[in-house]
Amino acid sequence: MSVLIDQFPLILQGFWMTIRLTAIAALVALVLGTVLAAMRVSPTPPLRWAATGYVELVRNTPLTLVFVLMVFGLPELGFRFSFFARAVISLSLYSAAFVCEVLRSGINAVQPGQAEAARALGMTFAQTMRTIVLPQAFRTVIPPLGNLLIALTKNTAIAEAFGVVEATGTFDNLVRDFPGSFWALFLGTAAGYVLIVWATSAALRLVERRAVVLR
Amino acid sequence: MTVLYDVPGPKARRRSAIGSVVGTAVVVAIAVAVVLRLQSQGQFEASKWEPFGDGDILKALGKGALATLRAAGLAIALALVLGSLLAVGRLVGQRYVRLFATGFIELFRALPLVLLILFFFFRFGDTLGRYGALVAALALYNGAVLAEVFRAGILAVPRGQSEAAAALGLSRAQTMRLILVPQAVRTMLPAIIAQCVVALKDTALGFIIAYPELLRTGQLIYNGFFNIIPTAIVVAAMYVTMNLLLSRLAILLERRQSRVRPVVRLDAAEAPPVRV
Repeated sequence: MSVLIDQFPLILQGFWMTIRLTAIAALVALVLGTVLAAMRVSPTPPLRWAATGYVELVRNTPLTLVFVLMVFGLPELGFRFSFFARAVISLSLYSAAFVCEVLRSGINAVQPGQAEAARALGMTFAQTMRTIVLPQAFRTVIPPLGNLLIALTKNTAIAEAFGVVEATGTFDNLVRDFPGSFWALFLGTAAGYVLIVWATSAALRLVERRAVVLR
Repeated sequence: MTVLYDVPGPKARRRSAIGSVVGTAVVVAIAVAVVLRLQSQGQFEASKWEPFGDGDILKALGKGALATLRAAGLAIALALVLGSLLAVGRLVGQRYVRLFATGFIELFRALPLVLLILFFFFRFGDTLGRYGALVAALALYNGAVLAEVFRAGILAVPRGQSEAAAALGLSRAQTMRLILVPQAVRTMLPAIIAQCVVALKDTALGFIIAYPELLRTGQLIYNGFFNIIPTAIVVAAMYVTMNLLLSRLAILLERRQSRVRPVVRLDAAEAPPVRV
């Protein structure tokens, strides 16, 4: 138990790294996923094929393999990034495929009648998208995007095997230094993750309650 | 044809043609840049790819794939059992059973799989071995996730079904076994198979504790031949093939089930969360 108190700054540092990884990867994945989703619904076949191919490929590849490729493969190609940057690249390339799918299904979930009505009222394409379709799509995608964010938080733990000392990496290191305090360290780390995940879900529920309108 | 805009005139057609060409050019340019980079760094040299023509290497990869399937198979089987128990416990159990099941599910869904794997490996690695540690962690995590899938499936069966069963004098256990579960299973199959794909992908985390599955086998190969990128491509192709076959199975099952019209349809809004 005392290990938890003595090593508290180190553990806190680990979780801070987890949060940083999550936040940056989530932002990059959101941007990249939006671009991919736009490509998937675009009228140009080659763009659609490229995005579909990317999504299918990445969705069926283990994240650990993406990490191996980015962490050990990028230096072979002459790119020298920090371990942190390579972890962010792996996490965001992987998550972007899932963000794309969520956004696409969100756009498809808006009933065609909505767009038809907007058009019948004489709205232009830009007006229809901005004021009718996208706001409704946005509401439907909040819950699944929230699930993705939580999944991403847990996925950052894989970075511990690839040179980034985040919460699980800190646990890994401390257990090797203090094998006698295994249970305290495990329960402390687990509690930290549960806290982060539950705080995220609570925040998301708040956003959902404000934004989600049942149709 | 979409209703979002009018039939494009000559100006709009020209504009969208330009956009298409530019967009396609960007995608092609990215692809070409990647290939050129691989080429200039010698990733297409025969020496890097030759190992994959060697029978022993191929045999090793096959063995790795088998180890992956073995871990995934046992983990999924255990997770299905655990998931059903937890779901039933949460749905119809006594108060304490319900509380325990809920807590168990919420806890294990919130923990990263890596942490669970390290937990079993460090604590019980001596008795369980690497295989056992990986399977135990996968079974617990996927069991908790599947429990929620099962619960959503059971709850999605219309109320009238269980009310009718009660009116016929069936007990709660009979209602569950004869009425609710058979109907729920049909609607849940796609979600269950999707979770199987996730479990199969997650066996790659065995890499971290050096369980000799497919990715770890790949590591041994690229450490020997210094051909990490070709190896990663080959291993990725194997994973993608396995997962696509599994998804294909899901589509087949779905088509079979849709012949027998299911009473229940999961609404898009109620569908179980996206699994990553």
